[in-house]
Amino acid sequence: MSQTNLQIDQQGKLKHFLSIEGLNRQLLIDILDTAESFSGVAEQSVKKVPLLRGRTIVNLFFEASTRTRTTFEVAAKRLSADVLNLNISASSTIKGESLLDTLRNLEAMNCDMFVVRHGDSGAAHFIARHVAPHVSVINAGDGRHAHPTQAMLDMFTIRRHKGDDFGRLRVAIVGDLLHSRVARSQIHALNLLNTGEVRVVAPKTLLPKYAEDLGVKIYHDMDEGINDADVIIMLRLQRERMKGARLPSEHEYFQLYGLTEKRMQYAQKDVLVMHPGPINRGVEIESRVADGPHSVILQQVTHGIAVRMAVMSMAMQTQGSSHE
Amino acid sequence: MMNNQDIEQLLDNMVNELQQQLQQRQIKDPIMIGIHRGGVWIAQRLHEKMGLDSALGSLDISFYRDDFTRIGMNPQVQPSELPMSIDDQHIILIDDVLHTGRTIRAAMNELFDYGRPASILLAVLVERNAHELPIQADVIGKRLQLNNDEHIKLTGPAPLELVLQKIS
Repeated sequence: MSQTNLQIDQQGKLKHFLSIEGLNRQLLIDILDTAESFSGVAEQSVKKVPLLRGRTIVNLFFEASTRTRTTFEVAAKRLSADVLNLNISASSTIKGESLLDTLRNLEAMNCDMFVVRHGDSGAAHFIARHVAPHVSVINAGDGRHAHPTQAMLDMFTIRRHKGDDFGRLRVAIVGDLLHSRVARSQIHALNLLNTGEVRVVAPKTLLPKYAEDLGVKIYHDMDEGINDADVIIMLRLQRERMKGARLPSEHEYFQLYGLTEKRMQYAQKDVLVMHPGPINRGVEIESRVADGPHSVILQQVTHGIAVRMAVMSMAMQTQGSSHE
Repeated sequence: MMNNQDIEQLLDNMVNELQQQLQQRQIKDPIMIGIHRGGVWIAQRLHEKMGLDSALGSLDISFYRDDFTRIGMNPQVQPSELPMSIDDQHIILIDDVLHTGRTIRAAMNELFDYGRPASILLAVLVERNAHELPIQADVIGKRLQLNNDEHIKLTGPAPLELVLQKIS
């Protein structure tokens, strides 16, 4: 079964949310619009809507990530769903019988949705192919492959500040593209939303071989890469990469690719600075920039809840028609 | 079925009745809240005609519907907007058509997620038969008896018209 068929049901509605690839532009816009509607829920005195009352959502995390798990948990609870958090040893393999047994047991408990985080690329797809027909799967990050909800919250944040027309935007993604599932999903989403120019800025050692096939402009010089940019998305640098031969030192990386106040002069005056977090201050980004007026890093976290509410509720609906 | 002029007449009657009810209940500063979309159009007219001081509120009950899994999600949900805290306030809730009662039930559920109002008074432009829940309006512009295959719809915001539709 193709990825497209796996993610979208016969009515063209979202069934699973596994990657941006295979979705269409209108579906992305529907996610952003629905998230916009949910953004008001946090302002109510009871920060909940009853949409998913009686449904059970399982956060199935094979890889630790307190922040992502927490935002999915908050989103599910704001939709009034019941939430189970299962942290399963990273040593579990996706093909192991133990995983399928776990899935069958959770299905037997009438769970309705699995939010899956896994260190192996393709894990969420594997689970989506094996779950019962009534269960939806949301990918909360798999290997180097995809992190689609993070990409959508970034799109939401950009749209909030820059408006609907992505065609006039220059967006620069800076850092470790090679290991970043977030960047892959961001690039697919930006392309699907017809972004004017998508740039990646990275040393050659942190660029995947297929980078040029993603429809982006590649820069190895930071000043050039962020020149006239409307949005700069900094990626997190995994410190363990420093220990390999890929990078000389944190200090040198910061000198070459760190986002500093001085460098910001090359970008547009109203540039947005984004980061999926958690930040390595003084490695990817200078504190004065991370906490400065252009930074929307904390807003990204807030928007992540509305976007995850949108994706969860859209995947949980069995069929759609207009409301009247 | 009813044009803007007919509806204006119904609205004037509703204003009189609302003012009487507010007087009887000794309510001085009510908050008016319309339910998307038709209820908001009606509420805008009533709010203006009554010259209420407090800002008009609006509710979109999409997230509170009991048939979400059947009819799906509308991505164009308008965020609800309440002008102030509704705790201990007297609310006038406005909708265009009271039919099954499910929309009003959802609206009251949503209101209670914003706070605990002192009272809620329900006013509707049209009350039709075929209630499914024990919900009655306090002020009614017009009562209609329709067949099961008939549906009444308010179009607007200007001019307001009530249209009778046959359900195929």
